[in-house]
Amino acid sequence: MDRIYLDHASAMPIDTRVFEFAKPYLIDSGNPSSLYEFGQDAKVAIEDSRRKIVDLINAENEKTIIFTGSATESNNIAIRGTAYRNIKEGKEVLSSAIDHISVINPMKDLQKNGWIFNTIPVDSNGIIDLSQLEKLLTKNTVVTSIMYANNEIGTIEPIKEISEIVHDKGKYLHVDATAAAGRIPIDVQKDGIDLLTLSSNDLYGPRGAGALYVKPGLKIQSIMPGGGQERGLRSGTENIFVIVGMGEAARITKNEMDTESNRLLKIRDKLISEIIKIDETYLTGHPKKRLPHHASFRFSYIEGESILLNMDMYGIQIATGSACSSKTLEPSHVLLAIGLKHEEAHGSMVMTLGHSNNMNQVQKIVKAVGETVSRLRKLSPLIK
Amino acid sequence: MDHFTNPRNVGIIENPDGYGKVGNPVCGDLMEMYIKVENDVIKDIKFKTFGCGSAIATSSMVTEIAMGKTVDEALKITRNDVANELDGLPPQKMHCSNLAADALYEAIKDYKNKKKK
Repeated sequence: MDRIYLDHASAMPIDTRVFEFAKPYLIDSGNPSSLYEFGQDAKVAIEDSRRKIVDLINAENEKTIIFTGSATESNNIAIRGTAYRNIKEGKEVLSSAIDHISVINPMKDLQKNGWIFNTIPVDSNGIIDLSQLEKLLTKNTVVTSIMYANNEIGTIEPIKEISEIVHDKGKYLHVDATAAAGRIPIDVQKDGIDLLTLSSNDLYGPRGAGALYVKPGLKIQSIMPGGGQERGLRSGTENIFVIVGMGEAARITKNEMDTESNRLLKIRDKLISEIIKIDETYLTGHPKKRLPHHASFRFSYIEGESILLNMDMYGIQIATGSACSSKTLEPSHVLLAIGLKHEEAHGSMVMTLGHSNNMNQVQKIVKAVGETVSRLRKLSPLIK
Repeated sequence: MDHFTNPRNVGIIENPDGYGKVGNPVCGDLMEMYIKVENDVIKDIKFKTFGCGSAIATSSMVTEIAMGKTVDEALKITRNDVANELDGLPPQKMHCSNLAADALYEAIKDYKNKKKK
């Protein structure tokens, strides 16, 4: 059975061009800390990759980019490294209610260590409540973290406005751009961002690499002391293959973003318009301000994990924010934050498109969704 | 997977001899079990389930195990029996098999209560 993969937010394949470019470094590369030529070649490759990340987000210079092992690591260094280094400026941190768990958990960890941690509510479309942001900010708010766009509902936040409010009352703005980067243009200077998280895999790069942008002049400390690589912020011998791959992935994604996002947007819109024709089916997230590759829904009376398993029988992979699919058995905090009831949040489905998708798949997907919903509703005791 | 793909005994029984309902849609699981009993033997059993793949599969499995058993035999079906018949469930899914067995107990309890009257 041909696979129709619609879960690019969870994992992406490596672009074969990226793999071919980075492959020599997987097989054999020197240690960039070594002074002989073989080691210095590796250092040159890393710096070349750093320049490509600079280009993707229009950073000021190469020194602003730190390579890490994942977006989770970037989020941790950004939040904890900034909070600890600037402890004299205040001990308050803020995040949106729908930020990723790798933002929320480091903040909860700070809370255990004496920081004040608050979350900013969002409206039913997932847009940050700017008046609440203003209310919650104080002169002691050292880190405010807001994701550029949400991975579960696709909503894009008004980062520029948020930045103005944060800088007016608080100190530094961290933005997790894992879901947004490569899909929509990001400009850290225009947007007024102090710290920005990127993930390699979300750009069709290899897993095991992330990057953190740190605005020039911002003071931040290491959360993992060691050999002092990456400006001392991410010690450990550099993983050249994934770093080189991430850079090349950033370059290709940036070059192709306009064309690819427009292509996916058309498929996405067709999927949405067809799927919401199903009875008691609703779009989750913002209808307009949403990522071009992202379609997310909820269906009344049925549960997301069984939707996922049923769709898999058609060879179609989707994601869900249902409790049953999580380790904690709690429904997605994002869906609860946009005001869904527990039983509504259980019936969610997320589709994220990518390179392998095309318009010809739409009919098969829509048919599979229709049949899945109808079959599970026949099993459901919630419909009489 | 088979019990998820092709669940057995889906549906409702009009005027059942016993009816059991457990779980709560808020928690993501709700099961209803209907039984038809003759001479204390379960002659027919049907279910409806809102829940994950494991919840659907365990409901189906419980109905299959219980069919044809006496109500007292059926009461002895343990949560582990259900999971074992399905060749095991991941630990975080064990509560699903609990629910399926519980729904059956509730249906039998209802039957016994009705009989007393």
